Amino acid sequence: MTLWAAVVIASVASLLIKLAGYVVPESVLAGERTSRVTTLLPVALLAALVVVQTVVGPGGSLVLDARIVAVGVAMVLLLLRANFLVIVLAAGATAALLRALGWG
Amino acid sequence: MTDAASEPALPDARRREVVRQAWSVGVASGTYGISFGALAVAAGLDLWKAQVLSVLMFTGGSQFAFVSILGSGGLGEAPAAIATASMLGIRNGLYGLQTSQFLGVAGVRRIVAAHLTIDESTAAGIAQPEPRAQRIGFWQTGLAVFVLWNLSTLAGALLGDAFGDPRTLGLDAAAAAAFVALLWPRLRSRDATATAVLAMFIALVTSPVLPAGVPVIVSAAAALVIGLRRAGRHEGPLEGSDGSLPGSDPTP
Repeated sequence: MTLWAAVVIASVASLLIKLAGYVVPESVLAGERTSRVTTLLPVALLAALVVVQTVVGPGGSLVLDARIVAVGVAMVLLLLRANFLVIVLAAGATAALLRALGWG
Repeated sequence: MTDAASEPALPDARRREVVRQAWSVGVASGTYGISFGALAVAAGLDLWKAQVLSVLMFTGGSQFAFVSILGSGGLGEAPAAIATASMLGIRNGLYGLQTSQFLGVAGVRRIVAAHLTIDESTAAGIAQPEPRAQRIGFWQTGLAVFVLWNLSTLAGALLGDAFGDPRTLGLDAAAAAAFVALLWPRLRSRDATATAVLAMFIALVTSPVLPAGVPVIVSAAAALVIGLRRAGRHEGPLEGSDGSLPGSDPTP
């Protein structure tokens, strides 16, 4: 296999997997239980993603560093109903500042 | 299919808010393409292959895993690289089950929508209370991430590590905070909160023992457990939302 072939095969596979979610017949997804599950699926995946992005370090170890403080700041701002952009910028600035100070 | 004609128009202020949110997410996540471009070239791919991956594969987790495996194992590891990238892409397929419901797309638009179905576009879509805003959030975010991810891939492949680590600027934390803010309005539903808590627990417990990327896919079980358990207590996707974005001004 050439490197180009690997790139193309993996890319096409990625698109086909994405498409799979769009070609499931509506009749299959229409049931009440099914629609409850599909509605909750992105919530589960994204919540898990947040955990991985916030406290998981290299090799899958759990680490507390600048990220958890930044996300904590974001949650406080969410409770204060701050603007979305303010929340994102404050979290980034918090992590950048802590790292500049040599922590996390 | 969604019936766009019967929906009330979205006020301009809300539209601008959703678009601004989309491009904020695009900057926070898309800039990571610099790391990807630099890593791809360091792993032995040239600029063209890095760019084709960002255009065609277009899903960050899979792309990073693909080039990392090729970089450490060489071409002999290509089957493993393809398999791992595909496995990590499964979550996009699961997102499609839900995003296809509110996008109501067919033909070429369906293929484009599927291609843009990633963490960011899905999160920005389901974060919105109004169906029209869900579609704007999905499309604008998908487009924003696609454009910025590809431009920054090019920059990273050309200039390597000259930009330094995006973490110095806190971009990783900014992206995580963006996902938290997008999930936030959904957590007024009890089922969604229970699902999120269970999924986070699964991710915490499985991360030290499972390969990178797998814990997120395993956490899909949380949606199955909560969704199938609460028979007869259906909460629609929009229930429990007062129609405001996180941080939006509570006064109309």
